[in-house]
Amino acid sequence: MARELKLMKGNEAIAEAAIRAGADAYFGYPITPQSEVIEYLMAEKPHERTGKVVLQAESEVAAINMVYGAAGAGKRVWTSSSSPGISLKQEGISYIAGAELPCVILNVVRGGPGLGTIQPSQADYFQSVKGGGHGDYRLIVLAPSSVQEMADYVVDAFDLAFKYRNPVLILSDGVIGQMMEKVYLIEQRPRLTDEEIKQRYAWATTGKKDGTERRVITSLALKADEMEAHNIHLQKKYAEIEANEVRFEEFQCDDAEYVFVAYGSSARVCQKAVQLARNKGIKAGLLRLITLFPFPKAEIGRLTGQVKGMLAVEMSSGQMIEDVKLAVNGRIKAEHFGRFGGNIPTPDEVLYALETQIIGG
Amino acid sequence: MTEEIIIAGFGGQGVLSMGKILAYSGIMQDQEVSWMPSYGPEMRGGTANVTVIVSDERISSPILNQFDTAIILNQQSMDKFEETVKPGGVLLYDPNGITRHPSRTDIRIFQIEGAKKAADLGNTKIFNMIVLGAYLQIKPIVKLENVVLGLKKSLPTRYHNLIPMNENAIQEGMKNVTAYQPA
Repeated sequence: MARELKLMKGNEAIAEAAIRAGADAYFGYPITPQSEVIEYLMAEKPHERTGKVVLQAESEVAAINMVYGAAGAGKRVWTSSSSPGISLKQEGISYIAGAELPCVILNVVRGGPGLGTIQPSQADYFQSVKGGGHGDYRLIVLAPSSVQEMADYVVDAFDLAFKYRNPVLILSDGVIGQMMEKVYLIEQRPRLTDEEIKQRYAWATTGKKDGTERRVITSLALKADEMEAHNIHLQKKYAEIEANEVRFEEFQCDDAEYVFVAYGSSARVCQKAVQLARNKGIKAGLLRLITLFPFPKAEIGRLTGQVKGMLAVEMSSGQMIEDVKLAVNGRIKAEHFGRFGGNIPTPDEVLYALETQIIGG
Repeated sequence: MTEEIIIAGFGGQGVLSMGKILAYSGIMQDQEVSWMPSYGPEMRGGTANVTVIVSDERISSPILNQFDTAIILNQQSMDKFEETVKPGGVLLYDPNGITRHPSRTDIRIFQIEGAKKAADLGNTKIFNMIVLGAYLQIKPIVKLENVVLGLKKSLPTRYHNLIPMNENAIQEGMKNVTAYQPA
């Protein structure tokens, strides 16, 4: 397939890729550092290209509930925001997860808590993978580390969302959103027609006709036994996702004695740190997580049989490290290194942390 | 080849667009590129900087603390980035408004009178292209023809009539860059 080459910001690339993925609607509200998403969509007028709706809602809460409604009708729908705005969306996300509807949510993370800073951060890991909203639910969480992956993962995210009838969160950050890189874009995929949606998705509320069965979308089940049965059903689905959808990438891990574990822009910094370490004769490698839920537990477990220590590098005061430690299960040394509050670790700092906390520590 | 560059100056000097044109030029000759702006609150009327990487290989970190080249266009940026040039690297600056000149002796230092030259030519908007030309004279990492292609790709069609003017400015920069020895 011919792929078009462009130089784009991550925020622009994901907006364009979503149009090309055949998305039906985007509902959002601007916030730095991801305002280019809605800015690009408004300028690009996808309603004229493909019929895709783009709407600036009156608030983040309104936007996520518009997503809920459109998803219920079987539409490919997405929204985006940054940390404080994603917090506002959590009630809606929990409802969508409970009602088992597909949608894609992009979080271009900035420093927090509270209004925080507009600069990059990865401090929303807990919120993303442990459930920022209430109840026993999981999001599928994808972590792009380049502009190309912003474009690629939104296509994957829609596929996964519909495969499992589950919201998919793309966990990005201010670096990936704001930077420009080369990006190859897929050709336009057609949007599904109303007739195709009706035929493909037996759960979608597409209008009851005489003789057809009533379709109900709800996250409400007042009877405990009903709710428990629903919880058991959801847990089965999450187990299936954990069995089938773990994704990661390894960089110079084959002969590694020490491994960085990182995702998103931290993984890019770590890749440079691996090169610096190798220049000094330290056999370092990088395990870059692509899915944060499902978490690559088995691969981390396997690596504990090979390497002497792991350094989890994240732009937070230590969130992903908890999952790394659970997977390591005390077999080798695993420590956290982070910069936070909008600061980004440098490759030198990361290497120094490896040398002092893991190798010399 | 991997060239890691920081371009730093005031907002409005064309720092970000200079980086963007350099990145586009790299793409035109089939290289990997990244362009990472500072987008913090310091941009409002203050300093602006962008990290540009042009490489034959996949680019690892878009965030760096050491650079092959620093292009410095105001005093604040000189204070911040002179130290970040790798030993043996290049520091190119416009002496206009600089009160403390660079002092390192382990790097190659060059001056371009970009602001003065742009004023002489009667168009302050071409300042950043003059500086870009000076840089490309020192480090010809992208060919001039690819810069022109990059300009075509990055500018909307209605501005394509301005491309010859930009090309001239680049050539002026190439002609007027001078080596500088710290006292």
